[in-house]
Amino acid sequence: MGEFLLVTIQVDMHDRLAMTLQDDLTAQIVKYRAHGVLIDISALEIVDSFIGRMLASIASMARLLDAETVVVGMQPAVAITLVELGLPMQGIRTALDVEKGMTALRSAILEAGRDGYSRSIG
Amino acid sequence: MPSAKNRLSQTFDKREHEIVTQWLEQQQATGRKLNAAEREQTNRLSREFVRSLRAALERNGSGDISGSDWAPVRDLLADFSSQRAKDGYSPRETAGFIFSLKQPVFSALRAELGSDPSALADEIWLATLLLDELGLMTTEAYQKTREDVILRQQKELLELSTPVVRLWENILALPLIGTLDSARTQVVMQNLLEAIVQTRSDFAIIDITGVPVVDTLVAQHLLKTVAAARLMGADCLISGIRPQIAQTIIHLGVDLSAVTTKATLADAFDLALRRSGHKVVREASVASGLTVR
Repeated sequence: MGEFLLVTIQVDMHDRLAMTLQDDLTAQIVKYRAHGVLIDISALEIVDSFIGRMLASIASMARLLDAETVVVGMQPAVAITLVELGLPMQGIRTALDVEKGMTALRSAILEAGRDGYSRSIG
Repeated sequence: MPSAKNRLSQTFDKREHEIVTQWLEQQQATGRKLNAAEREQTNRLSREFVRSLRAALERNGSGDISGSDWAPVRDLLADFSSQRAKDGYSPRETAGFIFSLKQPVFSALRAELGSDPSALADEIWLATLLLDELGLMTTEAYQKTREDVILRQQKELLELSTPVVRLWENILALPLIGTLDSARTQVVMQNLLEAIVQTRSDFAIIDITGVPVVDTLVAQHLLKTVAAARLMGADCLISGIRPQIAQTIIHLGVDLSAVTTKATLADAFDLALRRSGHKVVREASVASGLTVR
């Protein structure tokens, strides 16, 4: 099945920190042959288009490396802001919390597996 | 020419103590019965008021109480009225605080200016204008506080009528009753989203059977709520769409294709149960008609 990676974002992201995160994350995905990435944003009270784009980028990079991504813990205020601002979050899977996120990841991985090679799920 | 108003100020200067004493007696005679602590508090407030009034008169005896010279007096009265309104005093009792000051002031003026009837008449008139103005101000402040209480109660009523109900362990329902305006819809949205987080629900059913009118604004708010819930990881269904509402929505050109909608709450509940892997099974009853399991 491979490893799952859990990323918790707790501080305000700015450019350099985001680049560092992307570097670290992609490196770890490869190093641990991870097939799932959980990004926990429950500590974020404010989300802007920069973060939105960053999350989308991470999801795309992860997919290139054969890992699925789920964003968990979005606060209601954040969800409302994203909707009000009309920020496109298509293609990013979300779940309420880490536990549900793991369930979502498992089915996402299964789905992805159907496209290509068959995977054995232990 | 010495300003006529200055005589009122001088009277207060010379006779502040007796004005206060008589006023306290007047209040006790005409007002409601107070216990010792309340009496002490009112006396203290009265003394402070007269002091403040005297200071304001010295600064500005023109009779215009709207400027900054009279701000301390106005603030004192506003606080006093507000508190009286909250404590359940009537408007008459509250304004009576000021009006009962008339007699002591007139007595003091008579003592000061008794020998000059024309000057006395002038001062009494000016004092009347001043105290009437203050009395009106007191009443307005009182009214404002009562209005604030009503507004607050209305707000609480709004929140009461949008409860989030738990239908099943991971299914919430939000039965909306009444008209939806912007403010209320935002409260509704917030409550629902927070409930989703707290109960870790996967499904939320917004039932609009009780909403008489759906216009573009309401529809947009509903769509935003659904989108936000989905972003958080929960699925939103809308139920209770009545025939007229269905027609209105299509005529308005609102696009609800991204949302699952059902005619009744029961249908939506059934769908949510199935989507979350639940099945409802009816067990056959044993005896005919007597026991139903």
